[in-house]
Amino acid sequence: MIKTRHLAATLISTAIVSPVVFLISIAFSDSFTSWSALVSETVISGMMTSFLLCSGVALMVCLIGVGTAWLVVAYEFKSRQILSWALLLPLAIPAYIEAYVYLDLLHPLGPIQSLIREALGYSSPKQWRIGDIRGLPAAILLLGFVLYPYVYLSTRAMFMSQPGNLLQAARSLGLSEFAAFRRVALPMARPAIAIGLSLALLETINDIGASEFLGVRTLTVEIYTNWNSKGDLAGGAKISVLLLSIIFLFAFFLRDKKNQASYRNARGAKVIQPRPLSPRFAALACVVGWLPVVIGFIAPSGYLIFQIMQRMDGSEIFTPAILEALSHSIQIATITTLICIFCAIIFAWSARQSVSSLASTRSSSINSLVGKIGYAIPGTMLAIGLIIPYSWIDKQINALLSLLNQPTIGLLMLGSIAGVSCACAIRFIAIAIGNINAGMARIPHSLDQVARGLGATSFTLLLRVHLPLIQPALVASTLLVFVECMKELPVTLMLRPLNTETLSTLLYADASRGNYEESAMAALLIILAGIIPVILLTRVNQTGNNIQ
Amino acid sequence: MILFVNTNQSHLDYHHRMKLLKTLLFSMLLITQADAQNLPTPAGEVNLYTSREPKLIKPLLDAFTRQTGVEVKTSFIKDGLIEKIRAEKDLSPADVIMTADIGNLVDLEQSGAFQAINSPLLLEAIPANLRSADNTWFGLSLRDRVLYADPSLKLTEFNYEDLADTKWAGKVCIRSGQHPYNIGLISAMLIRNGEEETEQWLKKVKANLARRATGGDRDVARDILGGICEIGIANAYYAAQMKTSKSGSDQRKWGDAIEVIRPTFKKSHATFVNISGAGVARFAPNRSNAIKLMEYLASDEGQKMYASADFEFPVRKDIPVDPMVNSFGPLTIDTLSLKEIAARRKQASELVERVKFDQ
Repeated sequence: MIKTRHLAATLISTAIVSPVVFLISIAFSDSFTSWSALVSETVISGMMTSFLLCSGVALMVCLIGVGTAWLVVAYEFKSRQILSWALLLPLAIPAYIEAYVYLDLLHPLGPIQSLIREALGYSSPKQWRIGDIRGLPAAILLLGFVLYPYVYLSTRAMFMSQPGNLLQAARSLGLSEFAAFRRVALPMARPAIAIGLSLALLETINDIGASEFLGVRTLTVEIYTNWNSKGDLAGGAKISVLLLSIIFLFAFFLRDKKNQASYRNARGAKVIQPRPLSPRFAALACVVGWLPVVIGFIAPSGYLIFQIMQRMDGSEIFTPAILEALSHSIQIATITTLICIFCAIIFAWSARQSVSSLASTRSSSINSLVGKIGYAIPGTMLAIGLIIPYSWIDKQINALLSLLNQPTIGLLMLGSIAGVSCACAIRFIAIAIGNINAGMARIPHSLDQVARGLGATSFTLLLRVHLPLIQPALVASTLLVFVECMKELPVTLMLRPLNTETLSTLLYADASRGNYEESAMAALLIILAGIIPVILLTRVNQTGNNIQ
Repeated sequence: MILFVNTNQSHLDYHHRMKLLKTLLFSMLLITQADAQNLPTPAGEVNLYTSREPKLIKPLLDAFTRQTGVEVKTSFIKDGLIEKIRAEKDLSPADVIMTADIGNLVDLEQSGAFQAINSPLLLEAIPANLRSADNTWFGLSLRDRVLYADPSLKLTEFNYEDLADTKWAGKVCIRSGQHPYNIGLISAMLIRNGEEETEQWLKKVKANLARRATGGDRDVARDILGGICEIGIANAYYAAQMKTSKSGSDQRKWGDAIEVIRPTFKKSHATFVNISGAGVARFAPNRSNAIKLMEYLASDEGQKMYASADFEFPVRKDIPVDPMVNSFGPLTIDTLSLKEIAARRKQASELVERVKFDQ
């Protein structure tokens, strides 16, 4: 007999997969004669650029994310407590805002070069200036500094739950500080690094705002060009499908075959205690630790505040338009988050109830693969893939209503906050599934057997055993999805109803006129709305570990 | 966040749960329904889909509402406008669709997004070469693509072809070659000078670039002030907007750092001009208000606002242009057919790709 939960999980998977199915059908809607020319011209160079960008970003986020995570877990120095949550702050800044701000800051007319010129006694940028920063290296650096928190977050949690005695043993057996880290702590943290890294890389691939602004022609940018400039939607869809296949091939070959449970902390073992540093090293740790926060968060948000202050000449800062946009952003983010969490729980629940633990691991890994679909195609392409099923649903609803002699209601999915939220949920469900699956995997199956033995139904088991135990994962994914929704642009832009702006669409409208400074307030609100969940996130992380 | 703390709720039986779920779904339906059915004002409303940035046209729309009492609801969409309208089909709330470029107008026309309208007022106001033959779309303003130059160069005249001159090596700024504004210019070049010459030109312009072909039109002025480049191609109205910004603002400094020269094609001695325009949507639920809005945009008052608020050229010859725009010198509009320009876009885009203009 098919259980309701399996049916529900299948339905959700269908919803997630549907945009891709429609994209594939668009891709195959015209002949492949133009495909060969397309491959030689754009796809290969786009792929190279994307590959270089991803490699660079991967290196950056691993270095910064793992480095800072180890720093705050293993060593005691001044401001360590504050730093441990401050390191998450860049998560609240969308990459495109980071790119706008840094182009301003580092422009020959910007504050940094102006100061240097003044110090050197030059009066005009024509006499002295640094070359233009736009290009691949800048894109790697900027994306690296906003995306490292994904790696930091997962890796820090893993370091915190590692048994400290292993590290002590390693040290007492003569390993140096660095060797102990490299040979003991790092290998144990590998699954966590992989989770964070994969999210960071998917974000990189999905980025269009920052890359386009910096003149970096990634495969994603090429998809857009092909569609918008050449009017070749099928070509764009083809490249999207190709991109998706490459991502899935990678995900398939790089998936961690080892059972993650083997890395689990032995129950009751003492966790790593931060060790005090000599004053000189403590100062160094402080500087190195705060550097990513300053570059990724403090400098850009400080600059935005400066821009707002400059414009504070009597006119009101919180215009009705801004407040309304804020309310829409929060509505969409809230509904999306609820959908994501609900669906991810159903997924995890249905996988958990498989006959054996092996089958359960397998189906949860299939779930996380399915969930990644929405995250791995560019946002606009996801929206394009969704408008076909959306319009079908709208048509059926209206047909049904007129059959029942009720007044028709027009567009329901294609023009409502609910429609936007469903689309955003498809886009971000990977985050919820990843976290909740990981949380579930930490619960030993013996607990299920005990509960079942005591007569619990599978639903009671979920409600009274699983959900309370994965509460930290639930809260973490709630907050992460919420932050992502606040930043989301392409899907909202395409599917939002008439007269409905969110903070990011307001900002986009000004930016597309080349006046993004006028929306500094919208940008700052996106960041502020993102900070609150980020701060909550760290608190949960700390208490969450206490629970376990 | 503390959604799942109270585990005692597990006592809820199946029916209770289903009831909850049903209530939830029903209320969601009600909310969205309320969204879809806002009470209309007495004079009604008109829904506008626009790929023009809403702040630029807001003064126009506000004036329209003041005059007619018709409320304008807007949705700003750039990518995916056609796909969205196509998917919405007969349920689409769009009444008027407005774009900032001839290419988009033609694409919309070809996808059947517009309907033909019979408005003697529009036919009289708008010259035949600035509207579609079957009265589906109408040009509303003209936008010339010009040269921004460092005033110390003391340039007085310029041909688009001169951009390829090696004396400008490392001194040219321009936005992405794939942007509709540049695609329009390159399409015009293709018609004027042929494919081979245009490709050579594009290759040489690429070699002359001071920075990557990216950013916006205003960045050209900013980068000239920043010493990154000396000349660049951009739309004229941006220069007028910057030059009339608040004194002391960044925008004003950028605007003051440039001089605007209207370049011409060697063969036609005329400047490339794109249009912004609009049409009534095929399934417009408020058709008469849609025509009212279109007619307002082509009226004396509407056209004057295009000139004074946006610094564009009115499509009507009897409406004066803004003095600032006038100060850029006389404009001789190239007589190329807009339709032909739109038809060359794919070829232009492929050329941009072939010479790796944006890389």
